[in-house]
Amino acid sequence: MADLNPLSWWRRFLALPNDSSVKTFLVAFMVASVSAVAVAVTAVSLRPLQDANVAREREQRMAEMLASVPGLADIIGDVDADALETRIVDLDSGGFAEDIDPATFDIAAASADPERSTTLDPADDVAGIGRRPDMMPAYLVRSDDKLLLAILPGYAAGYQSTIRAYVALEGDLNTIAAVSIYEQGETPGLGTRITDPAWQAQWAGKRVADDTGEIKLQVVRGGSGSEFEVDAITGATRSSMGVSNLVRFWLGDLGFGPFLARLRDGKV
Amino acid sequence: MLPTLRHLTEPIVDGNPVTLQILGICSALAVTTSLSTALTMSVALTVTAGAASLLVSTLRRHIPSSIRLIVQITIIASLVIVIDQVLRAYAYGMSQRLSIFVGLIITNCVVLGRAEGFAMRNPPLPSLLDGLGNGIGYSAILLIVGTIRELLGAGSLFGYAVLPTVAAGGWFQPLGLMLLAPSAFFIIALLIWLIRSWKPEQVEQPEFRLRTGPDGGQA
Repeated sequence: MADLNPLSWWRRFLALPNDSSVKTFLVAFMVASVSAVAVAVTAVSLRPLQDANVAREREQRMAEMLASVPGLADIIGDVDADALETRIVDLDSGGFAEDIDPATFDIAAASADPERSTTLDPADDVAGIGRRPDMMPAYLVRSDDKLLLAILPGYAAGYQSTIRAYVALEGDLNTIAAVSIYEQGETPGLGTRITDPAWQAQWAGKRVADDTGEIKLQVVRGGSGSEFEVDAITGATRSSMGVSNLVRFWLGDLGFGPFLARLRDGKV
Repeated sequence: MLPTLRHLTEPIVDGNPVTLQILGICSALAVTTSLSTALTMSVALTVTAGAASLLVSTLRRHIPSSIRLIVQITIIASLVIVIDQVLRAYAYGMSQRLSIFVGLIITNCVVLGRAEGFAMRNPPLPSLLDGLGNGIGYSAILLIVGTIRELLGAGSLFGYAVLPTVAAGGWFQPLGLMLLAPSAFFIIALLIWLIRSWKPEQVEQPEFRLRTGPDGGQA
């Protein structure tokens, strides 16, 4: 008569010689299943906490940057993320994409999705990013219908990592109010100095384009001489240039250029 | 001392995985730029090594020898992913700074070496102690290297300024080299030299001798 007791099945399984193919297969299967369940349970149960961490980090950087813009706190009172108007911008047309919820928009996911991004011609790809998402978020700070600040996210290749930053423009949309790098993995002690507040403060007050509309702002070696130039960091030229390329690309025609032009004319 | 406890204490100096067996050097270079990353990595590795040795040892009689490495790696990888996820949830800033190195514990020779070399042949309790002991031995080296690198490279410990740097208006000019990977090589090499001068029995016999002297080379 067949023995249907699971315990005796289990004992018979354990008693099999270790090298039998049945036992090899079943041990592999059971180890894999138990491991998969353990990993899946941890990942799923900790997901909300992790998402909250990422969101908090981003908000904190935004608040830090807003706090670093001189005089802004006096104008709009307490600076916090609520004072921001978050919009999704269609980069090609320069208009707002109203049908996308800014709260769920993910730049990294959009830039990796061929449906929602554009391959850049290497000649135009100043930032070295290969693909550019079609939509990007932009954050606007207004007071009494007057634009005070436009905060634009961007990213570019640095020396050994992707540098991600916020660029804040003043109301004239041609003066940098602040540059804040919120993610990078450059060489510790050298390239990471792009996150020094002292270096980032150099950007404030620099002008982006000259009167003809050509973008002149850049990082230079050996001492900046004009309102369009920022000093590179000694020993971290490639990382500094990465930030320079980031600002130039994302404020340029392939970046937020069309949006800024429309915003300046009041057509958005 | 209890003989079982020897498994815990022996790997700390006498059988140190980093300085005697020269294992786990890659992560020792990468995470020791500051003391806090070194400490987090140490705790993560010690927990993984202990738990992996315990689990492998418990299953050792039923792991078919043809797939034993795969089973060990699966167990270690699952533990590491769980630890990585926990860090991301409860110590987000730290997990950003450690980046991929927590994930790379999977390939850390210290953990796999103890699972294959010790836990497969010994009962659970000694295996657990052996795993923890090797983790602690690895941690000791990481913490020493981390202390030296952070102190000389940034003038601080755990992020608190100890030596006032020139940039902050003090007198200490940070040693930029200390923040780059080669400095960890130098420090680990000096540690190995120190330990082997103290305990000459750790010095390996050379595999062959250079022939020098009157008839050297030609004979």
